[in-house]
Amino acid sequence: METINILIAGVGGQGILLTSKIIGHLAIDLGYDVKISEVHGMAQRGGSVVTHVRFGKKVNSPLIEIGKADIIMVFEKLEALKYTHYLTDEGIMIVNDHRIDPLPVALGYSEYPDNVEGKICENCPESIIIDALKIARELGNDRVLNTVLLGVLAKQLDIERDKWLKAIEENVPPRTIDLNKNAFLMGFDK
Amino acid sequence: MKRLMLGNEAIARGAYEAGVKVATAYPGTPSTEITEYIARYDRIYAEWSPNEKVALEVGIGSSIAGARTIVSMKHVGLNVAADPLFTVGYTGVNAGLVIVVADDPGMHSSQNEQNTRYYGQAANIPILEPSNSQEAKDYVLRGFEISEKYDTPVIIRMTTRVSHSQSTVELGEPMEQKLRAYKKDINKYVMMPAMAKVRHVVVEERMNRLAKDANMLDINKMEFADRKIGIITSGVPYLYAKDALPEASILKLGMVYPLPDDIIREFANKVDRLYVVEELEPFIEDHVKAMGIKLYRENLFSIQGELSANIIYANIMEKELKEEPAIDVPGRPPVLCPGCPHRGIYYAVKKLGLHAAGDIGCYTLGALPPLEGIDTCICMGASIGMAHGIEKALGRDDSKKWIGIIGDSTFIHSGITGLIDIVYNKGMSTIAILDNSTTGMTGHQEHPATGKTLKGEPAPVLNLVELVKAIGIKNVEVVDAYDVVKIEAVLKREINRDAPSVIILTGPCALLPTEKKQPFVINQDMCTYCNSCSQIACPAISEDGKEITIDTSLCDGCGLCANICVFNAIERLSD
Repeated sequence: METINILIAGVGGQGILLTSKIIGHLAIDLGYDVKISEVHGMAQRGGSVVTHVRFGKKVNSPLIEIGKADIIMVFEKLEALKYTHYLTDEGIMIVNDHRIDPLPVALGYSEYPDNVEGKICENCPESIIIDALKIARELGNDRVLNTVLLGVLAKQLDIERDKWLKAIEENVPPRTIDLNKNAFLMGFDK
Repeated sequence: MKRLMLGNEAIARGAYEAGVKVATAYPGTPSTEITEYIARYDRIYAEWSPNEKVALEVGIGSSIAGARTIVSMKHVGLNVAADPLFTVGYTGVNAGLVIVVADDPGMHSSQNEQNTRYYGQAANIPILEPSNSQEAKDYVLRGFEISEKYDTPVIIRMTTRVSHSQSTVELGEPMEQKLRAYKKDINKYVMMPAMAKVRHVVVEERMNRLAKDANMLDINKMEFADRKIGIITSGVPYLYAKDALPEASILKLGMVYPLPDDIIREFANKVDRLYVVEELEPFIEDHVKAMGIKLYRENLFSIQGELSANIIYANIMEKELKEEPAIDVPGRPPVLCPGCPHRGIYYAVKKLGLHAAGDIGCYTLGALPPLEGIDTCICMGASIGMAHGIEKALGRDDSKKWIGIIGDSTFIHSGITGLIDIVYNKGMSTIAILDNSTTGMTGHQEHPATGKTLKGEPAPVLNLVELVKAIGIKNVEVVDAYDVVKIEAVLKREINRDAPSVIILTGPCALLPTEKKQPFVINQDMCTYCNSCSQIACPAISEDGKEITIDTSLCDGCGLCANICVFNAIERLSD
């Protein structure tokens, strides 16, 4: 198998590390070589966070090269515009239709661009835009928006649904297994 | 069995398998998780030391006493530990001593991007550089072998991308390590001039032997493919190079100090165009050039920032680097969290028009607009000494506009001696200690004033008020970190007092688990749009040109904004 490259971006605190971890553990279970690059520390304090997840027969670098990401998944739509150049020509952009103002925007120092969705689609025709937060809210917990998005992502990969559910079960806090599985299925069946 | 592991977790696993008995550290990104993972192994004694110097000294004691020992820190922590480092290079070890130092090329979370390789060279200590988690684990085991075989401490140099990348690791069985017998030997362990002169000769012999043996070391390896391009590299750039130029031949160095001259020469002779691919300063490249070996192109990479497969490809193939997207996107800098106890002091500092010598921690973010509450950030503990220096330079009257601001963990790390200096040398500075009951920035590590050890056991609580008083500060006041009115009044009084004073602002980090408080909302009928509340840079507060609102899903309920609002327009939501 060719290496699959998934770039996940968003804002610190949105559950990006856990999402990467679930994909990574699934890939290990499937017998693939896996590399994940994460961001810890200062950048996590409400700043931009990006992780690179790569799996395949043999993976060298933990970082995805420009133009080589098969899927980019963003938890906040503005972040999508920062990484469009990472996508392959046929790459898929999965966008959580959610706006979090960076502090300079909230304070009026700079402006949140208009029509972010339009700009995303212009750059990446294969875009899936979904309001994962709304779905998570319907399930009663904002925090599972990451597993909703994971479900959307899973649909794009040729891996059995049950394997995903097993990986979720093994990696989320035990109290939240059912909630997370439901969230995943909501995204998967969307 | 294979497991997916963070590079830092793999270091911890390596320590476990190597039979390490004692592990010490002071937290610092990107090294922190090493010791947090080590603490999960019951058979290893692990501690947060107050700072890196103490951590290394504890480690040296443990090694000389006969136990395999690992000491971890971030790159700038090694500056603090440099004093013992240079001399333990002379004494050598008894049981193995491995020092893990995590560099931060690109400065994801650091104040500089210094290169630990030069420390190895300066202190005559070998340096190993893993490129992934498997190597991180293996090199710890190898590090202990080298340490004991050559009677030397060994540095393992990590970088952010190795520390914070996950990759697969084959687990091994833990070794049983008996304590090595301690033998009193003042010629080896007491570094007075007469003994140190003799030891320096031993050190030189050791490093010569290591440099020779490095040519046989299997972690220094040549991988031949197409011989048109040959790349000498190490660490994570090795992996980038393999992605960038899969056909190239590579000399992968697992040990970057001392360097294996014979292999380097052999490799150089077998390839047409020789390149060195390394992050930060040209450490390997300078050595290769000093050997008289001709590189196809020199100084190919910037001395700052991280490399990537894209950068390596573009520079070696002399192609243009692919551009960033043309879309103009506002940045998203890190910010103090909603409910953070550090905002109040900055609000008061700005309102009173003060300057502040700042320090290292989450609160360094208070330098950014709109808080703009600190003027300087140099290193751990610097705020206090600097405030004193500023007073001595400006004179008493003109220095009344200056204070020092430092966090609790940073104060214990290296602020205490600065405060002693102020008292001893008759300074009159006002120092604010922001006591959030944890080491915040690195992700909530315990410290001597939190009442818990790294292993989660109860510990005596260092009483900051009594400590400061014992140093000789007579004016100590403890203030609620959210009470901006009081903070302002106390600041005003203390900066004008002709004596040194300490203000301790207490408020636990907003990310520590506490009972959820009801959020606040803005009563738009009462709001006059004065914008005072938006000046505290709270992510929950935003304005859109028409009104200011609080996002109740983000609001932590700390009430700082309500304390600031003179129109009483900010109210707590009722249950």
